Amino acid sequence: MLSFERKYRVRGGTLLGGDLFDFWVGPFYCGFFGVTTIFFSVLGTALILYGAAIGPTWNIWQINIAPPDLSYGLALAPLQDGGLWQMITICAIGAFVSWALREVEICRKLGMGYHVPFAFGVAIFAYVTLVVIRPLLLGAWGHGFPYGIFSHLDWVSNVGYQYLHFHYNPAHMLAVTFFFTTCFALALHGSLILATANPKRGGVVKGAEHENTFFRDAIGYSIGALGIHRLGLFLALNAGFWSAVCIVISGPFWTRGWADWWSWWLDLPIWS
Amino acid sequence: MSGLNQSSSELGRPALQRLGLSRPGRALWIAAAVAGAAALLAGCGERPPVEPVQLGYRGTGMETVYNPRMVASLYEAQQLPSVTPAASPEGPRASEVYQNVKVLGNLSVGEFTRVMLAMTAWVAPPDQACSYCHGADMADESKYQYQTARKMLEMTLHTNAQWKSHVGSTGVTCYTCHAGRPVPQYAWYTAPPEQPNGLMATNAMQNRPELSVRLTSLPYDPFTPFLLDKQEIRMAGNTALPTGNRQSIKQTEWTYGLMMHFSNSLGVSCLYCHNSRAFANWEESPPQRTTAWHGIRMVRDLNVNYLLPLTDIQPKNQLGPTGDIAKINCSTCHRGVYKPLFGKGMLKDYPELSGAYPPAPPAPPADGAPVDGVPADAASGDAVPGSPQPGGEPPTTAQAKAPARLAQLPAN
Repeated sequence: MLSFERKYRVRGGTLLGGDLFDFWVGPFYCGFFGVTTIFFSVLGTALILYGAAIGPTWNIWQINIAPPDLSYGLALAPLQDGGLWQMITICAIGAFVSWALREVEICRKLGMGYHVPFAFGVAIFAYVTLVVIRPLLLGAWGHGFPYGIFSHLDWVSNVGYQYLHFHYNPAHMLAVTFFFTTCFALALHGSLILATANPKRGGVVKGAEHENTFFRDAIGYSIGALGIHRLGLFLALNAGFWSAVCIVISGPFWTRGWADWWSWWLDLPIWS
Repeated sequence: MSGLNQSSSELGRPALQRLGLSRPGRALWIAAAVAGAAALLAGCGERPPVEPVQLGYRGTGMETVYNPRMVASLYEAQQLPSVTPAASPEGPRASEVYQNVKVLGNLSVGEFTRVMLAMTAWVAPPDQACSYCHGADMADESKYQYQTARKMLEMTLHTNAQWKSHVGSTGVTCYTCHAGRPVPQYAWYTAPPEQPNGLMATNAMQNRPELSVRLTSLPYDPFTPFLLDKQEIRMAGNTALPTGNRQSIKQTEWTYGLMMHFSNSLGVSCLYCHNSRAFANWEESPPQRTTAWHGIRMVRDLNVNYLLPLTDIQPKNQLGPTGDIAKINCSTCHRGVYKPLFGKGMLKDYPELSGAYPPAPPAPPADGAPVDGVPADAASGDAVPGSPQPGGEPPTTAQAKAPARLAQLPAN
């Protein structure tokens, strides 16, 4: 245990389970949701292995666990006809949500904000949108994406072409822009930190004054040491959020090619 | 214990406040976000429930999603006209009774009259009826509508007899395209070339959102090169690395323009004919792609051999900006539906237009006799269905069968 860790290993703050799982295993906090995380992730992984075992290949790229046919609607399907996918989806959501709630418990112990579980929650929301919300809106579990390295990429490609040209999807435009901007901001920030933390031989490590001065000289503005992390969080969460939006509107709220959506732009009274 | 106390007091704060979201004004932000999301969904203009159709193996994303409310209005607009009772095939032939009958002369007088009346209902303006094509003398050829109608009848017989690979046994009648209009609702003209503006480059006939390519930036006249000329549609190479495929991105955009027209005409997505993980691969494509392959060649054949020859007799106001006649594309028959008239063909009610009527006698054909009941003169046209072109040939019927695991489209 590190010298300062003792200060944070306090009882309480649990959401469920009281004191029962309120202990640490080495450096790791357990908690009720740690137990459920282990349960769901082990069961889910075992089901994936079972699905691979009864499938046609052990090629890591080609293993594929597909959702049921659309004809099953929102019912349960036989294990080999998509039921496995349904079970694995339940396990995945169980594990992800357990992990987020475990993060909440740790936040409560530390008396800090919920920024970390909230951010992870946005990622979970994007996943749940893909495999639960959109299938519910479309009326069949078969609209979820398959679990496999190549197969899920093929799914993404085909779903894009369902709407002819997905790059015309306005929410997809926003999501892509936020993803790129996240990378851009991280590149600017990461390079700045590496530059200040790696002075010339014999020099001293630089601090916030140098960081701010560099960007004020370069672009006339420095968002600051705290601000860059707020900006990064804003950009990253928006990337995930608009990803979820762009797929949930495709199908339930728009059935045509996405280029069609832009007719309002062409019809603006400015030029039409 | 001080740590415990501190965390206990933290626990007392409402969750939103701990996220920094409960200060005055933040509620306004949340309200704005909710209103924005609602506006976005409203801006889409569609809503659940929708009707997805599975086109391939589960989990591949091979689906087309239909909006049942939009399909219903299409369906309503494509109801069939009433069918008159069949006429007796007995009696003298039309060519023996009437003068100057060059097509359908082998029908009985009753059948011939029934087809003429049907054509009047399907094509002619109601206030003109027979006189839309005919003069006082019914055998008078002087009206351009008369000559056009005769050529179009030949085209219909030819299509039903020679292009079963595309139209199947459903076939086509005048109504398939005309639907009560003298000129079909959907046709196309060759776009005039863009004039360069000084030293500026032209727009390369693209980047102008036209309905022909569904408001995309793709080249807006994909018809002339592919549905009149025989430009190569296939762009993808056969190997992972470049080994001699000289097709360019620009050419590919023309192909995609044509594909946009296909999807627009049939009300389907790319996945109706292709698996996007391997567009060019016939084995992974739905069988509908084979039908479309024949359709492209059928449209070329009809445009070149039946429409173009009529150019000179059309009045000027019927011609396009380059002086060309209105021509056929997929929309002409399909009109937004994957099968024209939702697959409810009228050929079964009007077998006189099948190109194989009256049915051939059972005796084996001798040299020069009609084959499969098809008059020899109806078999014109240079394109032979089923004859593959290099680089883009579909498999034979046996190969074209979808793998058993592929779910088939429902019959309707």
